[in-house]
Amino acid sequence: MPSITLATLQPGDIATIVSIHAEEALHQRLLALGFRSGKQIELVRRAAFSGPLQIRVGTTDVMLRHNEASKIKVCKGVAGT
Amino acid sequence: MKRIALLGMPNTGKSTLFNRMTGGAARVGNWPGITVELLSGKILLGADMVEIIDLPGIYDLHGFSDDEQVVRHFLHDNVPDLALVILNTTQIERQMSLLLQLKQLNMNLVVLLNMADEAKKFGISVDTAKMSALLEMPIFLLSAKYGSGYTEALQAITKALRYPTPGMAEQLRSQLEIDEHIETEMARVLKHSVQVPAQMSDNLTEKLDRAMLHPWLGLPIFFAVMYLLFQGIFFFGQPLQTGVATFFTWLREAMLVPLLGGAPQIVQGLLLDGIYNGVGTVAAFIPIIILFFLFMALVEDSGYLSRAAFLMDALMARLGLDGRGFVMMLMGFGCNVPALMGTRVMRSRAMRLLTMLVIPFSLCSARLQVFVFIAAALFSPKAAPVVLFTLYLFSFAAAILTALIFKHRFKNNEPFVLELPPYRFPTLRQMVLRGWLEVRHFLRRATKFIVAGVVLVWLLTHLPQSAAPASADTLAGMIGGALHPIFAPLGINEQLTIALIFGFVAKEIVIGALAVIYGLSGDSLSSAIGQQLDWVQAYSFMLFTLLYTPCLATIATLQNESKQLKFTALSLGWSLALAWLASFAFYQAARALGY
Repeated sequence: MPSITLATLQPGDIATIVSIHAEEALHQRLLALGFRSGKQIELVRRAAFSGPLQIRVGTTDVMLRHNEASKIKVCKGVAGT
Repeated sequence: MKRIALLGMPNTGKSTLFNRMTGGAARVGNWPGITVELLSGKILLGADMVEIIDLPGIYDLHGFSDDEQVVRHFLHDNVPDLALVILNTTQIERQMSLLLQLKQLNMNLVVLLNMADEAKKFGISVDTAKMSALLEMPIFLLSAKYGSGYTEALQAITKALRYPTPGMAEQLRSQLEIDEHIETEMARVLKHSVQVPAQMSDNLTEKLDRAMLHPWLGLPIFFAVMYLLFQGIFFFGQPLQTGVATFFTWLREAMLVPLLGGAPQIVQGLLLDGIYNGVGTVAAFIPIIILFFLFMALVEDSGYLSRAAFLMDALMARLGLDGRGFVMMLMGFGCNVPALMGTRVMRSRAMRLLTMLVIPFSLCSARLQVFVFIAAALFSPKAAPVVLFTLYLFSFAAAILTALIFKHRFKNNEPFVLELPPYRFPTLRQMVLRGWLEVRHFLRRATKFIVAGVVLVWLLTHLPQSAAPASADTLAGMIGGALHPIFAPLGINEQLTIALIFGFVAKEIVIGALAVIYGLSGDSLSSAIGQQLDWVQAYSFMLFTLLYTPCLATIATLQNESKQLKFTALSLGWSLALAWLASFAFYQAARALGY
């Protein structure tokens, strides 16, 4: 399946992280919050007026702006399927 | 004295545990190697007094954020006798990484798995005995909020403190770079000691979020919550403030005036109108600050503040701010001082400073008093509300303009990723403690400054002794005269200029000052002002009052919170410049149009 960025997912979509292309500070923060390649995530909702995204990774819900989310490559669906 | 450092990620209930341990007897202090102040408290453990330090929450020991650097520098220069690591049990899967990083530093560690109550609800089970054995350190489950498991943890801490403090070897620092080891170690420990259900969901949070973060309903709900909060603070705050003021007047008339009856006029004035009124000014803030932080603790600890950030982010991101800044700005419409203190939730310094630059333009309740009085004196009952409304618009416009102008100077360079924690009920204890700590912080830092300011203004308006108070012959009058060329193009006369000098102390006293300056009060004062000024001059005066420095307490708070004289001066200078420019533009334009 071709990989897309996290920013293009729709609410309710479940995807698997393929890779993270962020500068070091953001990369480290994402790692600490549980974002790793191979990890499954869910886009819970998008805020109005092209606001931030709510993303569930493991047991943590975080909000990401478009700019940050577009640095995370994902492929739709659960890993291995 | 032995030192215990509290370490953990954000949202682990670290501060709740700190408050439970120190019982609110904490104070802020400076430490070698770092520039920010940290909360610390001394408690009796076993037979010895120990000092507990609350370090900022960090995600990663090697990170680049301000907080992560603070923690690194603190540990480097002040190796604690014991590091108490607090992990959120519901997120143990990812928080273990921080623990393993700390373990490599070879410090004395005790691990507390907090929010055990929540983890149990979610079906997460932890085998602490097994985890302890695997990691070779004492590990305890507890709930800092409700206190379960707390006694056992304290005993373990007391015991661990008996071990000698290991020195942190310099070569360990370089070893810190090797993170791959941590990943495999983390997987090993988690596999053997933790069970997390495959599908984890917090039904309550899910349901609440469906309404609170609804694409259309979210914002109306947000504004309704803010409105209630605002009304709540002032519903309870106004009578309390009046009560404090009544008490101070009573004490003055019943005790101090008779006591000082024999003293010379100038001494009486200095003590009563200077120092005593200064103390009264400070005291008037106490109920508002306590209430503000009672409610703020509710909003913050319940998890709603990060939802507000989510809802307002689309707009605020364009201004270089975040949604939490918007909440503080709204609260600033009540009183700027606690709103400025509240910006502490923002962990990026640049974003926090930008928010602090914006907040003083919020039309606070003290300024509203001035505007209501002047609008009533100069405008018809029909026009007055419209005038007030335009002032609110100017207030928002000034805030937005300031953010747009300065957002590049205070550019946030920290990654913006905010956690949305599950909704929680804060305990009353947490709320009261927060209010109490904040008010003590304010009193300790701002009292001297505010009293000194009030005394100075009293001296300016009463010296030389031969002159009538606040008249043109006093120092203030002379300053007013000297400033006249600056204020004349704004349509602000000398009497009003003196009132603006008073307004520098607090907007609450502007009307009182006008009464002294004109020698009139109440209706006769408002009709005198109504006859002397036309509406263009009055509006220009209100515009200036809206935009220039709110009050001494705000300046004191700006300085306390930023710890940077340059920043305070920038805020002061910018608001004065903006006030002058806006009034000038308005006055000259109105006159040019023939009004």
